[in-house]
Amino acid sequence: MLRYLIPLALFIVLAVFLAIGLTRDPHELKSVLINKPAPAFRLSQLKAPDKMISNEDMRGKVWLLNVWASWCVACRDEHPWLLEYAKSAVVPIYGLNYKDRREDALAWLGELGDPYTASAVDLDGRVGIDYGVYGAPETYIIDQSGMIRYKHVGPMMPDVWKEKILPVVQELNRQGAGK
Amino acid sequence: MNKLFGILVLLSCLFVPFVNAQVQEEEVPSDDPVIEQRLANLSKELRCLQCQNQTLADSPAGLAADLRREIRIQMKAGKSDQEIIAFLTQRYGDFILYKPRVTFTTYLLWFGPFVLLLGGLYVLFRYIKQRRDLIPEKPLTADEHRRAEELLASLPGKETT
Repeated sequence: MLRYLIPLALFIVLAVFLAIGLTRDPHELKSVLINKPAPAFRLSQLKAPDKMISNEDMRGKVWLLNVWASWCVACRDEHPWLLEYAKSAVVPIYGLNYKDRREDALAWLGELGDPYTASAVDLDGRVGIDYGVYGAPETYIIDQSGMIRYKHVGPMMPDVWKEKILPVVQELNRQGAGK
Repeated sequence: MNKLFGILVLLSCLFVPFVNAQVQEEEVPSDDPVIEQRLANLSKELRCLQCQNQTLADSPAGLAADLRREIRIQMKAGKSDQEIIAFLTQRYGDFILYKPRVTFTTYLLWFGPFVLLLGGLYVLFRYIKQRRDLIPEKPLTADEHRRAEELLASLPGKETT
């Protein structure tokens, strides 16, 4: 009896491991920057090129940093939802316009609408490297003290927004209000 | 006529440039051959995060070119390979290393195959031993022994002893 049970048990263990493997997206990498200070940047603003924007400007509030570009196909899927989230005014969304031409980026916002409080221009992708960006769109939640609390890779669709982003933002706001 | 028109439309699509392209600076190799050699060696051990199954050395992705540029800058500034690897893993995690580090979470990856090999050898030896035990040693009786001698002796062209 045992000689039949052992291969069966081995098969079940293997099947379970493979099944878990199938549910995982190999393109989703855990960020090592979670609970670390958001890398500093000081970049030109997309809509006001002579004005600078820095991560320090957002200190004291919870904010989202959304990495986007007009060449990024998945950003187009995400964009109408970003407008919705911005309208709900739960949390300000700042853009990091990643390796994009300024005129393309401005045309994109003109055509589709602008959900961003402001967008920083990361022309050569150097700030993207500091944030560990490997594929737009990516969204970071940064807390009042400037720490990265969450990172989402890929378009931030409503299920992600409701189940992942909102709970973290609300929890951070509660903690901030309690202080 | 309609078909020709369709073909023309399709062909013309080939000449429409992509309007929204990623801004990518042209990759300029360093004029220092030592840096280029170091980059060649180091980037073979690093993963391109966009394509994941290519090294940084042979990836054409924009991010890979950016990271190579960054590595050149840091090498020029006198950073050691170790410092550059630390810089990259602080941002992208150990996943950027093509050769995974030996840490607690990678023990199974590094040593699992050897454990499986040892387990397989154990099963194999036990199986062989079991099979050997199945064949009983049966000594010949005196009668059988004599018959065998006779048979051997009757073989043609063979000297008997």
